[in-house]
Amino acid sequence: MNRLSADDVTLAYDRRVIAEQLSVEIPDHSFTVIVGPNACGKSTLLRALSRMLRPSRGRVLLDGRVIQSMPAKQVARTLGLLPQSSVAPDGITVGDLVGRGRHPHQGILRQWSAEDERVVRASMARTGVAELSDRYVDELSGGQRQRVWLAMALAQQTPLLLLDEPTTYLDIQHQIDVLDLCAELHEEQGRTLVAVLHDLNHAARYATHLVALKAGKVVASGAPGDIVTAELVEEVFGLRCQVVDDPETGTPLVVPAARRARARVPAEGAS
Amino acid sequence: MTSTTTPVRRAARTGRTVRRVRVLRAGGLSLRVDLRAAAVVVLLLLAALAAGVLLIGTGDFPIPAGDVLRAVAGGGNRGQQFVVRELRLPRVLVGLLVGACLGLGGAVFQAVSRNPLGSPDVLGLSQGATAGALVVIVVFSGSAAAVTLGALAGGLVTGLALHLLAWRQGVHGYRLVLVGIGVSAVVTAVDGYLVTQADFVDAARAVVWMTGSLNGRDWTQVRPLLVLCAVLVPVVLAHGPGLRMTEMGDDVSHALGVRVERTRLVLMASAVLLTSAATAAAGPVGFVALTAPQLARRLTRSPGPNLVPSLCTGAALLVTADWVSQRAFGADQLPVGVVTGVLGGVHLLRLLVTERRAGRA
Repeated sequence: MNRLSADDVTLAYDRRVIAEQLSVEIPDHSFTVIVGPNACGKSTLLRALSRMLRPSRGRVLLDGRVIQSMPAKQVARTLGLLPQSSVAPDGITVGDLVGRGRHPHQGILRQWSAEDERVVRASMARTGVAELSDRYVDELSGGQRQRVWLAMALAQQTPLLLLDEPTTYLDIQHQIDVLDLCAELHEEQGRTLVAVLHDLNHAARYATHLVALKAGKVVASGAPGDIVTAELVEEVFGLRCQVVDDPETGTPLVVPAARRARARVPAEGAS
Repeated sequence: MTSTTTPVRRAARTGRTVRRVRVLRAGGLSLRVDLRAAAVVVLLLLAALAAGVLLIGTGDFPIPAGDVLRAVAGGGNRGQQFVVRELRLPRVLVGLLVGACLGLGGAVFQAVSRNPLGSPDVLGLSQGATAGALVVIVVFSGSAAAVTLGALAGGLVTGLALHLLAWRQGVHGYRLVLVGIGVSAVVTAVDGYLVTQADFVDAARAVVWMTGSLNGRDWTQVRPLLVLCAVLVPVVLAHGPGLRMTEMGDDVSHALGVRVERTRLVLMASAVLLTSAATAAAGPVGFVALTAPQLARRLTRSPGPNLVPSLCTGAALLVTADWVSQRAFGADQLPVGVVTGVLGGVHLLRLLVTERRAGRA
């Protein structure tokens, strides 16, 4: 059985229902990416998986237990989440921020152990922000800042890490940079990564397991090479396109149909 | 035991300073001490103590500092013992405790609302406690003890109303401040109405109470405050690490294992109790809850709620203000609330102006 799954959940904010009877399995040791059009419920699903949102029906299971029934700090030692927008407190240094990732491992009498020190250093080294340790977070560029937040999530030392659109607001080179880093973190320690991504091509390139959502339902899930087809993209995103092999990686590459081709009725370009 | 120092070196920019954190470890235990914050706390405590001794030692019956300490410890002659232990010490203790309560309550509210304006005297809690006291004075012509209970109840009811009105899927900073300003306006109007409805004697009593004063405070005020502080200060400090995490937003702190809503609820309830108790004991002493956390933050130069430094700043500020109010203007004694407003306000303005010149804030 997989460590994290949503079992027949209904997700709603107040009375606005986002998804009903949704079941999703996160395969262990996968880099799972959730894709779908805006407002399909992908971020909502991630919030439910990280117990930020309590399902109005059904349950989210972590290691076979209902996630809401577990002590908060125990969950935080198993499952980390990097939200889409995070605010760094005024005047906080990089080292201090990354150190806060150790909170679930600390207590009144265990405020800063040698282990905390070691893990924080290692996390900063791993994400390439060690030399920024004494800098103030508000002085950094967007790309550096995202690496710092990743370092904080790493310092939490969780076998499962959830990322909500980690590349938003970044330039293309920093997007690739962050995704490469995520792929490495996934490969290194058999860590399970779950990310919500906007860009379908990034998803197809980096995911080992893809979940396509539309209007709160799973349309397809599986390895990108198996499920990403022109038909799926049209069904999920309503976009006519060709799917070709990525010349760099051989993974599916979605090429949207040109404006004139999209205007014509039957798909011609799909080969 | 081993100890390591992690100096955080100066960043390339100006106006930001070295922070040193010392970690003390023994076996599986570890404590993290911010050296500057620790030094600030010690100095503030010494300042509060010195102001207290000065306050006890001066007046119509002057006593040298050494004799003051001896009398507090139970020595000295009977006259000195009476003046110190029965007349002046309780007043100083009430001042220290009220200042500590207001400083800590202010720090909690400012951290929860993430806004320096989100302090209890802006959100209407002090005014609510005042309304409770006025109801007892004007409507029931109640005793001093009843007035204290009324103030406590008024503060709690206002705190509850604030929470109910501001709660929308959790408590959020701006909403809390805006709702608080509204609540404050309503309650202030109620206070004004109550005074106009009072007869001459009650009105005089109400006005004296509303100036916020430590005059004539004795052991009956000290004991309940002391008990309340003994319970609530540890509760608040235990939730301090969680509060520090919530500065990074609800999602991140949630992900780090903080029960965000519960932490906020416990902290706000404690802060409401602390503020109401302080107001019940000394009347609405203005500006301490607003200023103390801001002063503490600038003294420690550390981000975060600065709970203990704010508590100490509040205590030192109030006792110093009490000394000024009693002694600095000769025979004319001012209510301490007037002095805290002037002292705190001027210091805060000075800091804001100098910081703006240095290119921060």
